[in-house]
Amino acid sequence: MEAFTTHTGRAVPLRRSNVDTDQIIPAVWLKQVSRTGFDKGLFSAWREDPDFVLNRPEYQGASILIAGPDFGTGSSREHAVWALQQYGFRVVIAPRFGDIFRNNSTKMGLLPVVLPGDVVEKLQTRAEQEPAAEITVDLGAREVRAGDLVVPFEIDDYTRWRLMEGLDDIGLTLRHADDIAAYEQRRPGWLPTTV
Amino acid sequence: MGRTLAEKVYDAHVVRRAEGEPDLLYIDLHLVHEVTSPQAFDGLRMAGRTVRRPELTIATEDHNVPTTDLLRPIADPVSRTQVETLRKNCAEFGIRLHPMGDDGQGIVHVIGPQLGLTQPGMTVVCGDSHTSTHGAFGALAFGIGTSEVEHVLATQTLPQVKPKTMAVTVNGTLPEGVTAKDLILAIIARIGTGGGQGHIIEYRGEAIRSLSMEGRMTVCNMSIEAGARAGMIAPDETTFAYLKGRPHVPQGEDWDRAVEYWTSLRTDDDATFDREVVIDASELTPFVTWGTNPGQGLPLSESVPDPASFDDPVERAAAERALQYMDLTPGTPLREIAVDTVFVGSCTNGRIEDLRAVASVLKGRKVADGVRMLVVPGSMKVKQQAEEEGLHEVISAAGAEWREAGCSMCLAMNPDKLTPGERSASTSNRNFEGRQGPGGRTHLVSPAVAAATAVTGRLTAPADL
Repeated sequence: MEAFTTHTGRAVPLRRSNVDTDQIIPAVWLKQVSRTGFDKGLFSAWREDPDFVLNRPEYQGASILIAGPDFGTGSSREHAVWALQQYGFRVVIAPRFGDIFRNNSTKMGLLPVVLPGDVVEKLQTRAEQEPAAEITVDLGAREVRAGDLVVPFEIDDYTRWRLMEGLDDIGLTLRHADDIAAYEQRRPGWLPTTV
Repeated sequence: MGRTLAEKVYDAHVVRRAEGEPDLLYIDLHLVHEVTSPQAFDGLRMAGRTVRRPELTIATEDHNVPTTDLLRPIADPVSRTQVETLRKNCAEFGIRLHPMGDDGQGIVHVIGPQLGLTQPGMTVVCGDSHTSTHGAFGALAFGIGTSEVEHVLATQTLPQVKPKTMAVTVNGTLPEGVTAKDLILAIIARIGTGGGQGHIIEYRGEAIRSLSMEGRMTVCNMSIEAGARAGMIAPDETTFAYLKGRPHVPQGEDWDRAVEYWTSLRTDDDATFDREVVIDASELTPFVTWGTNPGQGLPLSESVPDPASFDDPVERAAAERALQYMDLTPGTPLREIAVDTVFVGSCTNGRIEDLRAVASVLKGRKVADGVRMLVVPGSMKVKQQAEEEGLHEVISAAGAEWREAGCSMCLAMNPDKLTPGERSASTSNRNFEGRQGPGGRTHLVSPAVAAATAVTGRLTAPADL
């Protein structure tokens, strides 16, 4: 996983709530067996509209997405995270995220930032009025800075540490292989196996 | 202080707990399908890792599977590659697979319970958000992403932070003609698509206790549509009766020991939930969705809402956008909405009781002219049972198409899909834009409403026929 410490970039305002993972990456794109090539599928139905915000020239190269509440609800498809990252996003800011999407994001190094609805609204307005203005998302300081606006965000210490170090979860868990083996000794014998 | 059902199951699976770190949770059963697993197996190979417990893992082909011509290779080369990749991965890593054409094949969330692999008190995961289905047995079951699939394959554990708990208590009795699907659609409309976020929902109360196991699975299945990763129902005699005699369920003295443990899996009287919602079942009626998220639903007796009637500006904007996408006018009675297609199936409503409900409405009736109706059993076993009961004859005689098992038009990864602008009444779980095919418009309904709708061509409850 790519480490995340601090990121500065331009932002895209996506003024929609309940952006489910079917919109982020429609099912037809999920048939791929590789981890690459999902950038073309990002919001592919909405991108057919030339006026869709991602198609506008002023937002090309932006790396922070600012969305409405309940971003990433629905399907567990991690392809949604891959698509956002491969398109160039490093951060998604929203008032609330779908649980599985948020979890998938932190496994991949895409930073989901939860901010109150009124702050998100301010950041969206700023991105609309000044598309060239940059935002800094500082994970070390747990802070979003946009011009004069400085807002803190919450993230638990462990996830923050893992993101800042770019650590692989499986490697961390395998350090505790003895604990896993000990637990397996304690499991009741009647629990089912698939064989 | 007492503990909730969710807390008891969670605590029993903690492998390791350390200050400032997530808990490491043991996973009893890992379900795998072709869509969310290929990159996970690739990850194992790249890191030189193996599957720690292949015998706690089972795979099936469901999302891409065509529901006709099972003996021919899948026509879509990309779908075919994905299915073949699963076969290669299962062979390489020693995982039991139910491939297309096998009589054990079916939707991953239908075959787990069918085989008796889903049992009370277990932890169950799958790279699929509707894993919440298995919570109907009092299991802690939730959907995960591909990175986590790889993690479970490699370690049989997952790092987890203990979720909050939420009680949804459904008092009273569901009126005649009101089903588990109507109930869960009403619950989602009440608490919203983000209402259960960060929580495990426990469904309780008289109306829940009265549901069959299949009804309970329908309710828990759509917990994710209320924002909760997991939904649970405490196991009881209904659960034990469903399980007894299934292939992977303990037998003899082991059965007695298991039942004794399972009986302890209920929320203690002095336990507290982080949030509680109470619903009166007796006030419910058949429920349908009008919008593009599962929280945008109403009783079938009502009309398409006016976006101006929403106080919250975010909800108002969402309603405006949804009505535009759905091509609906505020004030139109929901019963007047005409559909082109009716889909019966999915992990929400593709089990035998669902097919019986459909057949009982269709018996002696015909699907309306110009309406296409697809009936897709949730598994090959469900299909066999339906055929033994003669349900397929009733369904075919009415003019509906009787298909092979799979996810089918729930998410249109196989050839079954809506065309742009086409409108469906669907027993599946998501009415998202384009979910059933690009440009398609979906109304979520119960199996009984689906069948009645097929007969009239408009959204209809059986009582209206």
